[in-house]
Amino acid sequence: MSEPVVSVKNVVKTFGGGKGFFSKKPLVHAINGVSFDIMPGETFGLVGESGCGKSTTGRLIDHLLSSDSGEIWFDRKDITKLTENEMRPVRADIQMIFQDPYGSLNPRRRISDLIAEPLLIHTDMSERERQKEVNDLLRVVGLSPAHGERYPHEFSGGQRQRIGIARALTVHPKLIIADEPVSALDVSIQAQVLNLMSKLQKDYNLTYLFISHDLSVVEMIADRIAVMYLGTIVETASKKELFEHPRHPYTRALLSAVPIPDPTKKSDRILLKGDLPSTTNLPSGCLFHTRCRYCQERCIRERPKTREISKGHFIKCHYPVFDEDEKEERDVSV
Amino acid sequence: MAERLLDVKNLRTEFQRDKSWVTAVNEVSFHIDRGEIVGLVGESGCGKSVTSLSVMRLLPPKTSRISEGKVLFHGKDILKDNKKEMKKIRGREISMIFQEPMNSLNPCMRISKQIIEAILLHNDISKGEAHRRAFDVLKSVGIPDPEMTLNSYPHQLSGGMCQRVMIAMAMSCEPELLIADEPTTALDVTIQAQILELMEGIKEKRNTGILMITHDLGVVAEMCSRIIVMYAGRIVEEAPVKELFASPKHPYTQGLIESVPKLGSDVSSLPFIPGSVPDLASMPKGCKFAPRCKYAMDICRQKEPDLTPVYGSGNRRCRCVLHDGDKGDKKEEVKV
Repeated sequence: MSEPVVSVKNVVKTFGGGKGFFSKKPLVHAINGVSFDIMPGETFGLVGESGCGKSTTGRLIDHLLSSDSGEIWFDRKDITKLTENEMRPVRADIQMIFQDPYGSLNPRRRISDLIAEPLLIHTDMSERERQKEVNDLLRVVGLSPAHGERYPHEFSGGQRQRIGIARALTVHPKLIIADEPVSALDVSIQAQVLNLMSKLQKDYNLTYLFISHDLSVVEMIADRIAVMYLGTIVETASKKELFEHPRHPYTRALLSAVPIPDPTKKSDRILLKGDLPSTTNLPSGCLFHTRCRYCQERCIRERPKTREISKGHFIKCHYPVFDEDEKEERDVSV
Repeated sequence: MAERLLDVKNLRTEFQRDKSWVTAVNEVSFHIDRGEIVGLVGESGCGKSVTSLSVMRLLPPKTSRISEGKVLFHGKDILKDNKKEMKKIRGREISMIFQEPMNSLNPCMRISKQIIEAILLHNDISKGEAHRRAFDVLKSVGIPDPEMTLNSYPHQLSGGMCQRVMIAMAMSCEPELLIADEPTTALDVTIQAQILELMEGIKEKRNTGILMITHDLGVVAEMCSRIIVMYAGRIVEEAPVKELFASPKHPYTQGLIESVPKLGSDVSSLPFIPGSVPDLASMPKGCKFAPRCKYAMDICRQKEPDLTPVYGSGNRRCRCVLHDGDKGDKKEEVKV
């Protein structure tokens, strides 16, 4: 079996917390022991609600943030402790696409300059070669070379996201971290960008880390999906397994909460109680126990460990949920 | 027949841009009955919010104008009302919930003051009684500790809580009509589910009419009984929810429904609508959707079709030459 492109091992990240002895600023526990591997050529989806640490995870991999403990391996190298200078050549292989296509392009620079920027940093191409590369890329993402002369404000949201994708592709990265790439776009445009991303993955043999809060978008594009809650991954499985047999109570609630655009199907919404607990003061035991309807005494006391309940299906829960008909099968097999 | 609450007739709203007026909303007519949830869907910039703000008369008076049309509330044209009369209706009879709960609350005022202010404005009651009513209304929207919430500032509450407070405020005077402009867009799905449940409950209990403005087809499919689809400032289709999703007539509605990723559908690529929404100042001449439409014919580019009843169905309307009422028999061939 091939080596993973990215391997995240038990990473912890906290923010804030004044340094001094007398400081009273509380520590924010953003990431509490996250581990996963991303295989070459796959799309790994990371889903969860706002504040669950999805984006922080993406930033840790790109070394835009450094972790408190744990290891991050990229392409068989441990990049956890690299300095900014050592990290620079590695960044050519990790590119990011950001959520806000309006905020991530410098409004005062022409598109061709924006796209050529990574080439300037990571390669020693001549200006003419760069220009040719930019024109090719603009065509690849469905724009025309003439667009290169324009400024970001002249483009619509979908077009800007295409420009962001072109910029990420310039240096032929091994991994693209897409942080909510289609969340700011309208549905009809969203479909265009998603289709483009899946096409490029085939053409360029890309590996994606796809971060999103939208389960239906992740379902379309991802091969494997990890569900995050309060800075931990509660469930990881292949797309099919996760959607057909979700085992974690949180995954189930999340799936049931997505409104279905079909009035003939009435969904049985599982309503979660209350709000997300604060990340400055994490619950004891299982992080989800405050909102879980299957919560038992053990969940409050003991934090569950990640375990594999079927091949490639990892879950962090003491009492995984099985449907009625599945339960019988399972009892027989045990 | 249900009592008609709101009847918008031929509304046209314009904005000033570079000394000329551009039309944001044109020929918009629809109605809302008591106790029904009507969905208004469309993409950004299609005029959903402008429509609702026109109804509430909350648009900036200097740079915008409602140049045509009527907004009948209980049969009375509220566009003709003066400021004072309008103030009485706003909040009391028609309330509005906005998209950004965090930005719609005053950050420097405690929640209690903000809700009590709204109650006192429309009711002749004592402060103590207003406080009691604020407590009750917060409790009715599912806030676990109303007294503590009343004493908090908006930044101390989460997004879902703030939206509950907004709904509580909108419901505090028991309006007959509630306009909800993307009420759950800024919220997470699990919180969205809570808020949608809450709004359905309000409709059941008080028989309120709700206009639900959203871009999320999933939300309208679950909540609404009737859907109005807007594109480029016009209504392009109106139909009961089941019929709209079962057989969308307008090519734009078809494209919109197809391009939504559906949970559990397991597809690797999505159908999409090519191109993007036209700019207000440079609208195409004929049908506004023609440049993106796969069925576009010459006639579409020359003359804008009217919103006409769909042949063979009493309560559907569509703005497309393919479904023009009198040529009803032809359309079955082009249906995809």
